[in-house]
Amino acid sequence: MTFFNKTSGLLLAAGLLAGCSAPTTLYQWDNYQPALYQYYQEDETGPEEQVAALEENIEQARARGTSVPPGLHAHLGLLYANTGREEEALNQFATEKALFPESAPFMDFLLKQGKERAQ
Amino acid sequence: MKPISTLAGIVLAASLGGCVTPEPYDYSAFEQSRPRSILVLPPANQSPDIKASYSLLSQVTYPLAESGYYVLPVAVVDETFRQNGLVNPEEIQGVSVAKLHEIFGADAVLYLDVTEYGTTYMVISSDTRVTAEARLVDLRTGQLLWAGTATASSSEQESSSGGGLVGMLVQAAVTQIANTLTDKGHQVAGITSARLLSAARPNGILYGPRSPHYGNIE
Repeated sequence: MTFFNKTSGLLLAAGLLAGCSAPTTLYQWDNYQPALYQYYQEDETGPEEQVAALEENIEQARARGTSVPPGLHAHLGLLYANTGREEEALNQFATEKALFPESAPFMDFLLKQGKERAQ
Repeated sequence: MKPISTLAGIVLAASLGGCVTPEPYDYSAFEQSRPRSILVLPPANQSPDIKASYSLLSQVTYPLAESGYYVLPVAVVDETFRQNGLVNPEEIQGVSVAKLHEIFGADAVLYLDVTEYGTTYMVISSDTRVTAEARLVDLRTGQLLWAGTATASSSEQESSSGGGLVGMLVQAAVTQIANTLTDKGHQVAGITSARLLSAARPNGILYGPRSPHYGNIE
């Protein structure tokens, strides 16, 4: 996805050029927010493409030793659930909870719901 | 020119950031609450463009997370409301803080309102503007922690973006607009979001616990 790589490059350049300080980002953002926007524009891309974009984001973060943004794994879980991949959805909610303990109450709610559906 | 007697004011203003000197905001409730996680509800929309709400919602995670907060997955949250029969943002924003806390377990909730979203066409150019208001409320006590408003326009110059975290985010978004012709409203909403929800912005939100700047009133 050249577009997103370009954006990351611009972010870095902008950071270096900024007058007061030169912060770097805490998270590997790449495709998460574009995937959120696409989720609400159903005519543009299908769930499979959005899943692929998020999986690529996770791979990129793993390769570079960076962190994915909060919510990415949970959103991937939603996309899996919407396409009938229930077990993978639950795994993603569990990953979100492990990476971000602040998410525990909501992830537990989703995990409980998912397990009830599976029964 | 500041009177020398207001030494505390000067110290505070100086620590609020190297670039500007704003009127100080009362952060006492915010500092006492120390929220770690933020539940963002779908924005209410007063603009004529039906895309406005989700255009902004899909871009609020970046500035809040980069400021050090855990941001609940915005679309999963929205889907949870839908499955419980709540579809429009106004209805969702009417849910009590006690109920929100019970289901989502977040420390704070962010209410957003898009007041302007769209393009004004003029003779030789056009201007796309997005304006939004935000209220951060403690989900355990219902107390207001912070409120703010921000606007952004496609006809701004790149030099006006300022420094630091928000400068970086705004600069990147402005450059993106210059290079893209489609979906300007969404691009401008990204700048509005960065201005509205980045820490280190004059009178903006404070840094959250996941930021290395946590605890600095910068």
